[in-house]
Amino acid sequence: MRIRIRGLEFRYNSILALKDVTLDIHESEVVAIVGPNGSGKSTLLKCINRILKPRKGVIMIDGKDIKDISQIEIAKAVGYVPQVAKQSFPATVFEVVLMGRRPYISWRCSKRDIEKVLEVLRLLNIEDIAMRDFNELSGGQQQKVLIARALAQEPEILLFDEPTSNLDIKHQLEVMKIIKNIVKEKGITAVIAIHDLNLAARYADKVVMMLEGRIFAAGDPISVLTPDNIRWVYGVEVKIINDGELIYILPII
Amino acid sequence: MFRISHMVMIDLIGEYERYIGRKIIFIIFTLILTIVVTGISATLGSYPISIPEVYSIVLKCLISHPENTKESIVWNLRMPRIILAIIAGAGLASAGAMTQGILRNPLATPYTLGISSAAGLGAAIAIILSKGIFAGKYVIVGNAFLFSLIPTFVILTLARFRGSTPETMILAGIAMMYIFSAITTILMYFAEPEAVKSAYFWMVGDLGRASWDVILLIFSSLLICFALLMWKTWDVNVMLIAGDEVAKSLGVNPERVRRFVMLVSAFLTASIISFTGTIGFICLVAPHICRMIIGGDHRYLLPASAIFGGALLLTCDTIARTILAPVILPVGVVTNCLGGPMFLYLLIRRKKEYW
Repeated sequence: MRIRIRGLEFRYNSILALKDVTLDIHESEVVAIVGPNGSGKSTLLKCINRILKPRKGVIMIDGKDIKDISQIEIAKAVGYVPQVAKQSFPATVFEVVLMGRRPYISWRCSKRDIEKVLEVLRLLNIEDIAMRDFNELSGGQQQKVLIARALAQEPEILLFDEPTSNLDIKHQLEVMKIIKNIVKEKGITAVIAIHDLNLAARYADKVVMMLEGRIFAAGDPISVLTPDNIRWVYGVEVKIINDGELIYILPII
Repeated sequence: MFRISHMVMIDLIGEYERYIGRKIIFIIFTLILTIVVTGISATLGSYPISIPEVYSIVLKCLISHPENTKESIVWNLRMPRIILAIIAGAGLASAGAMTQGILRNPLATPYTLGISSAAGLGAAIAIILSKGIFAGKYVIVGNAFLFSLIPTFVILTLARFRGSTPETMILAGIAMMYIFSAITTILMYFAEPEAVKSAYFWMVGDLGRASWDVILLIFSSLLICFALLMWKTWDVNVMLIAGDEVAKSLGVNPERVRRFVMLVSAFLTASIISFTGTIGFICLVAPHICRMIIGGDHRYLLPASAIFGGALLLTCDTIARTILAPVILPVGVVTNCLGGPMFLYLLIRRKKEYW
């Protein structure tokens, strides 16, 4: 068992963002967290690597309470991939990915660090853009660079905050495929906060549906993504088409 | 197939090394520039001395004492001012480069955090209120130094309650600046004209008070603070490129780094301007020029800004000494006059976004 969450509660000042969240996430699983805006998906992710510090509840990684682990040790185990959103400070792709080596270096980077960067650039097939400015890249390329940075941390758990929300359909599929492959090949666990229910249904081993800071339902995609659950959580009528292998969610307007 | 991608890898390492190499070459260039400007600056003055003579006298006086008039002029009259210009410029530029980095703001400098106006008030109080035996120069220095640290401690206390975000720190700093300027204005309004004049000139910034004792003090402060700042350059890079949240996920504590760098920069700036007065623009312009040339990697930007800042302030002071000779202008006038237009020119000429 990799991640064990018990009775987690988090507040932004007076607003309760997570309430009594209890969840188990197993090794080499792709877990999709779905739910409406403001349901606590991103907050949950940020609690898992202690970007946010919850007041109540326990999060254990490999049986160790993360409260007792230093931020650097967490950084060696858990990689975080943020949303591609705003213009960032000018830096080359190489430099952005090199930041992922921070948990291992305090000041000077060694040959091994540079080789590690090259390795992940190659894994994601972006070594040809290594010396380009990050800000000049397309959204899809930027998302891959951010994934590369998290991989450079050599983590065992990867957290993704809406990795597909700014991408076209081709890049959405490509990024999800990359995540799936990494999980399969490296035995990494991936937790993905995601809006697109069809992508969640297609790529996740397990879906966690959240509503108002609580876990509403959790389990395999077919049992969680039902018309009843979606009506209750989103207030939207949908039709589910099951072709025997995959399910497709169609909104009825 | 494997061989091809292996070739790409080796090529990429080479490309990255050349990318870093260009930054190092720039740092070496600024070092040479500083030595050349030092040579030129030391020859300028009423007593004629050639550039080669300057270098040989400096090398000789490093190990022994000056023996004749020529050596004495170079070593005791001209060099202290030159060295003070270099280390003051280096310190101000270092503090500026790192403050811009932690506050993620191209306009931020230690002065934005209220240090200059607080130092100004400290000096003004010492100049205007002290009379007779209390009017010694070290009273002004001590007072300016103590006052200049007040805004930093106020900001750090505030940050404890409201979080050490760039916005909080900059806004608190600007509030400090207004408060201290207002008090200074009130003080000056009721003071004697002579005292107001000297308080005002203190604020412009001048290197005329150079001596080997002062240099030793500022130099030790510069060495310690520079090493401490250098130690945090990698973390500042992470914060700037990745943002606070991702920095945390990479094991960096952005708020702690921000407070640490701010404290060290403030101490460094205070230890310089309490002796020289608030020399403007170096801490803003020198880091920006270096950013335009070598980019924002603070591991290289910090040393480059420091050396370049030194050369820049020395150049300005050389102009201040010679342009209206025998009248010596305060260097702060020259940095402000040259800094503004030079900065505008560079902004227009720049080829790509660097911030």
